Amino acid sequence: MNSFPSPHLSWNVVTDVRALLEYPFMVQAFRAGLLVAVLAGVVGWFMVLRRQSFAGHTLAVVGFPGATAAVLIGVSSTYGFFAFSVGAAIFISMLPNAGGSRSAESAVVGTVQAFALAFGFLCYTWYGGFATSIGALLFGSFLGITTSQVGALVVVTLLAIGLLAAIGRPLYFATVDPDVALANGVPVQALGTTYLIVLGLTAGAVSQITGALLVFALLVAPAAAAQRISVRPHISLAWSVGLAISIVLISLTLSYYYPYPLGTFVTTIALLTYLIVRVVRR
Amino acid sequence: MTAIVRLENVAAEVGGRRLLSDVDLRVDAGEFVALLGPNGAGKSTLIRMLLGLHPVAAGRITVLDRLPAQARQDVGYLPQRRRFDPDLRVRASDLVRLGLDGNHWGFPLPFKRNRTAAERVSEVIELVAATAFADRPIGELSGGEQQRILIAQALVRRPQLLLLDEPLDSLDLPTQSSIAALLSDICTNQEVSIVMVAHDVNPIMSYLDRIAYLASGKAVVGTPAEVITGPTLSALYGTPIEVLHAADGSLVVVGQPEPPAVHSDRHHSDGHHHEYDRDPRRPHSH
Repeated sequence: MNSFPSPHLSWNVVTDVRALLEYPFMVQAFRAGLLVAVLAGVVGWFMVLRRQSFAGHTLAVVGFPGATAAVLIGVSSTYGFFAFSVGAAIFISMLPNAGGSRSAESAVVGTVQAFALAFGFLCYTWYGGFATSIGALLFGSFLGITTSQVGALVVVTLLAIGLLAAIGRPLYFATVDPDVALANGVPVQALGTTYLIVLGLTAGAVSQITGALLVFALLVAPAAAAQRISVRPHISLAWSVGLAISIVLISLTLSYYYPYPLGTFVTTIALLTYLIVRVVRR
Repeated sequence: MTAIVRLENVAAEVGGRRLLSDVDLRVDAGEFVALLGPNGAGKSTLIRMLLGLHPVAAGRITVLDRLPAQARQDVGYLPQRRRFDPDLRVRASDLVRLGLDGNHWGFPLPFKRNRTAAERVSEVIELVAATAFADRPIGELSGGEQQRILIAQALVRRPQLLLLDEPLDSLDLPTQSSIAALLSDICTNQEVSIVMVAHDVNPIMSYLDRIAYLASGKAVVGTPAEVITGPTLSALYGTPIEVLHAADGSLVVVGQPEPPAVHSDRHHSDGHHHEYDRDPRRPHSH
């Protein structure tokens, strides 16, 4: 941040945007941010409906040791995030009672979550200092996003959205009304597993921008606010994506102009959005 | 006339334990049949067997002359359940719509309206008199309103058979009787057969064609007047049972050392027949 001498936010939006996009690193950040926002808006919408916030948080936290372990063995942290988050998704879905009462699995998952954080820090200690700071892995950063990272995000976004588009309706049915869905021939269990893997992919992707600990803000707040705004699925899904995009774009802009961490902006704006919607639409 | 449901010498097992054996039951078109009996007698298991969700331990079940799992398209199902989460932000009418095409793959696009489907949904919602609250979130509806929506959901595919698992459970008495009247109306006017699990026979008594009373691993099938009698139930349970006729026409089944519950006792979530909660095969000193 400091290497770019104090940019100032003016009231002229056109010059502001032009100044923002002058730097290639900022363009990359916006590309990655947009992809992540769309992904979080859609996948988070189902997560809130399915009451799987805890699972979503866990999948994100588990990405942290993935990222540090990846750096330790000399691979990009991107792959570490994805490998561990998706691996954890498969593991959780194999737990007995997965998809049923979530409280039963919460003890195991909570323990694994704590271990994951500690193990991630252990990898960090073993490596003895990082090119990427541990703060960025946990709390997000928009600096130095590479073209291959954006490429990976494009692939993951297309894959996740494509999968959800294919299973959207039966997944909605299985989420809202599992007993009747099962009786109507919907493969409730298989859909739950598929969704959890999509959630793992998403958590891994969103971590690249918000950091492992703050994935939650972007997955939950826009979706929860959107479901308050409208009970119609299409409209609230559109709101969820729109809010997520706005949160990311505003946060990236602010963190370009002000010397505070990106994660702070994302979580603050997300929280404010949710609170405002909650108050306006009780 | 072909039978809608046919059970021949059917046995049911749960976790290796035999719950029921030698059950024979035939349900014809437009009939309203109740499954009664104590908790754990196998009523819900029987419903799940009729859906093809639970294996048949012995004997033979056909639904619409097909194996149960192959008849699901023509069967509407209302599972036993608690109420929906008050925070669930899903419109009641969307829930009904899911009953129609929720099992189709893909994602419904907003600009590709399916007029026939939308019309069927509003038609069935009107049929259960739920139009006034169909656009509200399901979690905000009262128990009786939710039950009407769920009946609409079960009916939306024009099934020939409705399988209802305790649809009157945890509703207050006036709501119980209005839902019971609605079901009877559906049965006669829509020519749908209904097989319904009930904890209390009284709200549906006057509408029923037949009762299958499950207890002690057996079933007795007949008209309400044949089945809900002291001698029949005594023979089924193997212990003396008395059926009392209350002044309002309702029946109270008495037979265990516990004090019999009265009909107005509706504050207990598990209904009136407290004596049913006990294992009826246990020997009683009477």
